[in-house]
Amino acid sequence: MAAEPAILCVEGLARSFGGIQAVEACTFDVQPGVITGLIGPNGAGKTTVFNLITGFLDADHGSIRLQGKELLGLSPHRVERLGVVRTFQHLRLWNKMSVLENVLLGCATPAGENVFSLFLRAGAVRAEETRARERAMEVLQFFGLADRVHELAEDLAYPEQKLLSMARIFATDAPVLLLDEPTSGLDSESLGRIVPMVRRLVDHGKTVLLIEHNMELISELSDQVVFLHQGRVLAAGPPAEITRDPALTEIYFGV
Amino acid sequence: MTAYLAHFLVMVAIYAILALSLNLLIGYSGIFSLAHAAIYGIGAYASALAALKLGLGFWGGLVVAAGAGAFASALVAIPSLRVAGDYYVVASFGLQVVVLAVFMNWTDLTNGHAGLPGIPRPKLFGWVIDQPFEYVFLAVAFAVLTWAVCWRLTNSAFGRVLQAIRDDEIAAQAMGKNVVLVKIVIACISSALGAMAGSLYAHYITYINPSSFSLHESIFIATLVILGGSERLAGPIVGAFLLLAIPEVLKFMAIPDTVAAPMRQIIYGALLIVFMLVRPEGILGRARHGR
Repeated sequence: MAAEPAILCVEGLARSFGGIQAVEACTFDVQPGVITGLIGPNGAGKTTVFNLITGFLDADHGSIRLQGKELLGLSPHRVERLGVVRTFQHLRLWNKMSVLENVLLGCATPAGENVFSLFLRAGAVRAEETRARERAMEVLQFFGLADRVHELAEDLAYPEQKLLSMARIFATDAPVLLLDEPTSGLDSESLGRIVPMVRRLVDHGKTVLLIEHNMELISELSDQVVFLHQGRVLAAGPPAEITRDPALTEIYFGV
Repeated sequence: MTAYLAHFLVMVAIYAILALSLNLLIGYSGIFSLAHAAIYGIGAYASALAALKLGLGFWGGLVVAAGAGAFASALVAIPSLRVAGDYYVVASFGLQVVVLAVFMNWTDLTNGHAGLPGIPRPKLFGWVIDQPFEYVFLAVAFAVLTWAVCWRLTNSAFGRVLQAIRDDEIAAQAMGKNVVLVKIVIACISSALGAMAGSLYAHYITYINPSSFSLHESIFIATLVILGGSERLAGPIVGAFLLLAIPEVLKFMAIPDTVAAPMRQIIYGALLIVFMLVRPEGILGRARHGR
């Protein structure tokens, strides 16, 4: 890999729950403009790493730097504003809100969310809302959901809900997107819709770090792979290298 | 008869303000508060004391009331809304109990059970608003203003964030929303508006005592919201109108007072149970989504 500086550097990350060391001395880099896949067997600590990066958990040790800025210790909304935004394995869409509103919540509307400017700068708020709606429609078009804008999120089919969870974070200006199992629970037809979509995120200048369970998909889905086992990074490199390593596949499949 | 009707309308307007402002919490933010009568009382006492001790008129008192209401709410909201929303019910219950105890026992300031008489009527450009029908205009104007503020708050990006927090707080955080700040802000706005209703009440009746601001009153205001329908802006107004109309209708039936008072409570209780069973979304029901 070329020596381009990493956009996200995780170093010596550790977190334990009671007596269980979920993540330990975990160190890896995420290169800008590519897809990095975080893989490993169940309980390897993948989701814990996500929660640590996005501020939902505090770390015991280590550091997580986004373009040199330390993220550890920040609350989730501060991490998002600095440029790292995530999806959830169980999607966490706003089910009772429309598809459009779900995406609008990703669009930047600082004036409309501030009660002072809401009452004192009505013109600026209106202009901002118009821009946000245009942006949301563009994003929904991009994700192929433009004809579903007024439906409730809960009324979409599961693959479309997955797309919506990606659309909502794509609408933010965050450069780094964390996808928690974007392909879980999907049949092969839906995979054909979602996998290229992940690739297109990168084509649009985003950096993607994703958790993936499926070893067969990992070479298709990622440019770099970080293999996690019992909270430690066992190996990192191009997917072909990782999937060919018999020691790693043994750990993964437990054979 | 006009005076009677005017009095009814003034009280509907005051309760509409209380219910609209409480609904910002219950309906739009998913935060259940049992302290709205305490906030109402803080507004009434702050405004009355500002008039009686500091010589401020109604308008000055109104500002003091709004500030006092927001401040009291912030004191409770800042510690309790940092943790999960459910704690606020308990914290607000505590606020209600403490505030009422202060009204009753800080006799040097509040005159205890005897209450505060002689609160001046509002003046507008030298004109004293002392006729019930004149007060209707003032109270309805404030109710309309409250409605407009609530409309603006809920039909905006801010309202979207409120709804997102209500439906999934974790997702809202992940999407960069400062959940704690937004909840504290909405609690303060709700309380400032509720406290202004207290100010309107104090300068209308010209006499206040703690009995108007009890826990029963808090539950009554919550009932207006729930029966009227918490998912629509107009729901609490409908709730206020109907629930205040019930005792008035009872007055016209040949029922002795000793029966009418408990009967009113029975009707309110029965209505709540019936609505929970057959129409939990309230009279006006659910707002259409997907705007």
